[in-house]
Amino acid sequence: MPGQIQDSAATEPVRRRESAFAIGLRQILRKRSSRIALVILATIVLVGALAPLIAPYDPAAQPDIVALKNLPPSLAHPFGTDPYSRDVLSRVIYGARLSLTIGLLATWVSLTLGVFYGAVAGYAGGLVDGVMMRLLDALLAIPRLLLLLGILVAWPQFSVGALILFLGLTGWFGLSRIVRGQVLALKHAEFVTAAHALGASQWRILVRHLLPNLISPIVVAATLGVAHVIVLEAGLSYLGIGVPPPLASWGNIIQDGSDQVATLWWMSLFPGLFMVLTVMTLNVLGEALRDAYDRR
Amino acid sequence: MLRYLSRRLAQAAVIVAFVAAISFALIHLAPGDPFSAIMDNPNVSETVRQTLRAQYGFDRPLPEQFVRYIGRLAHGDLGWSFSHDRTVVEVLGSALPNTLLLMGVALIGSFALGIFVALVQVARRESVTDHALSGVTLVLFSMPDFWFAILVLLVFTYWIPIFPVGGAVDPVTHEYMTLGARIADRLRHLVLPALTLTVLAVGTVARYQRAALIDVLPADYIRTARLKGLTERDILRRHALRNALLPVISLIGLSFPALLTGAFFIEKIFAWPGMGLAVVNAIGTRDYPLVVGGVIIGSIMVTLGSLLADMLYAWADPRLRGH
Repeated sequence: MPGQIQDSAATEPVRRRESAFAIGLRQILRKRSSRIALVILATIVLVGALAPLIAPYDPAAQPDIVALKNLPPSLAHPFGTDPYSRDVLSRVIYGARLSLTIGLLATWVSLTLGVFYGAVAGYAGGLVDGVMMRLLDALLAIPRLLLLLGILVAWPQFSVGALILFLGLTGWFGLSRIVRGQVLALKHAEFVTAAHALGASQWRILVRHLLPNLISPIVVAATLGVAHVIVLEAGLSYLGIGVPPPLASWGNIIQDGSDQVATLWWMSLFPGLFMVLTVMTLNVLGEALRDAYDRR
Repeated sequence: MLRYLSRRLAQAAVIVAFVAAISFALIHLAPGDPFSAIMDNPNVSETVRQTLRAQYGFDRPLPEQFVRYIGRLAHGDLGWSFSHDRTVVEVLGSALPNTLLLMGVALIGSFALGIFVALVQVARRESVTDHALSGVTLVLFSMPDFWFAILVLLVFTYWIPIFPVGGAVDPVTHEYMTLGARIADRLRHLVLPALTLTVLAVGTVARYQRAALIDVLPADYIRTARLKGLTERDILRRHALRNALLPVISLIGLSFPALLTGAFFIEKIFAWPGMGLAVVNAIGTRDYPLVVGGVIIGSIMVTLGSLLADMLYAWADPRLRGH
């Protein structure tokens, strides 16, 4: 095919894709609230990433299950200890690592599925689109927590990997509807007709020409999605059907203290504070990104 | 209007049918027997297991199972709850009114309070009050339901013990109370869970309403009202709010999943005897039919909620009323 034409055209989407990120970043950095949110989030991510270096104790170690259990916050244990004499601060630090990892990976699964499903439905149109959208309506009608309960209860036990997969499998419905709408709106745009006229395949049009235009809703959905998954994972772990026990996630720590909320208040308070801070910063950044892209 | 209504009703029916199919898939994607808790129990005799397998048709080919399953659902049969020794419909049916009460109070309360907060904010746009309230609604919006409920429980029943720890009535004395005292007892138990769910939902409503109000402010009719010499207060209440309420009405439908999920956690933490508590406790006992029943009933509630919100929208929007 005409190589020269393709070469000159190929530089265009690449430049534009970079600038979508650049514009997003520049716009949100202009707002003070987003700058603060970014710093807090970066700190929490760093704490999670460097957990083995920062945590004062081994998060799983039970040094003295009689003398050191259920200790209120002190200098030696700033966040107290749990009924197994484990250091809550160390568990909260490792919890940051696990909760953030689960949030990121599950959102990755959701994005992949959501973009694929939405793009196919929007591009195919007609009956295929109709059936796919009705199925989506039904999936959206089932509250995500309930859907997850329905899935997870049936498994006697599952690994963190399986939990990530299930969280990802239940998180793509909203995004795919947005993607489908965008693809539907763009598929008769002139640049698509032009690509078609140049002999580009359906798949190439979808991946090279339509998807770059979807970057902004995807980035927004990803940011808000990570926040949502963190809350869901914590809720499931609190109900005893999330991250399997000896591991530390924020929800797990709260669950460990849930039998004696009144006496072990530090076990609910501290991991929850970290969780709220993380979710809040992600929400602030997600909304700032949405505003930035909307204004464009 | 009637055409719109019947189309929307048909849509809702299709959604519920799809949900039923999804619940079938849930049961069959599970590893092994979904009733393993009871199937593996050595105290359960072989006859009971055979009866259960036959009852749920697990010995039949999949398509036939599907038809039978849908047929049972259509007759309102959600199966047998092992942990309660009653039908799932009975268990959830008796718990449903409590959940609806909790959600109803929170729905009305959060929308009233949320709209009020947004009005206060927009009346003092970009002031310290506005920013402070935006901060509060952001925190509430980002708050994990269960953690907030735990904090409320901690503060108002343990540290400042002014409310009962849980339940819907006093377990010992309620039976011996006069009618008036019984109502007071119920209200006293309702306050904390209902208020918790209300406050959790306020963040979303206020943020949504604030954005909707600010969206309509540049409109021509607002400028006209201002030129007519109306006060900012009247402009906001009579002109801006009336138009900015429409997107908030559609939020009613969208907020049902969050309200229901919130109710699940709150019922668990405050031991409020609703559907959520029944389903959450069924996790521990591995009472699978009860959990799946909860999924189906919950989805039907969400579908009906969004149907209701759409009807309300069609009624409130004069542009749709004629059609």
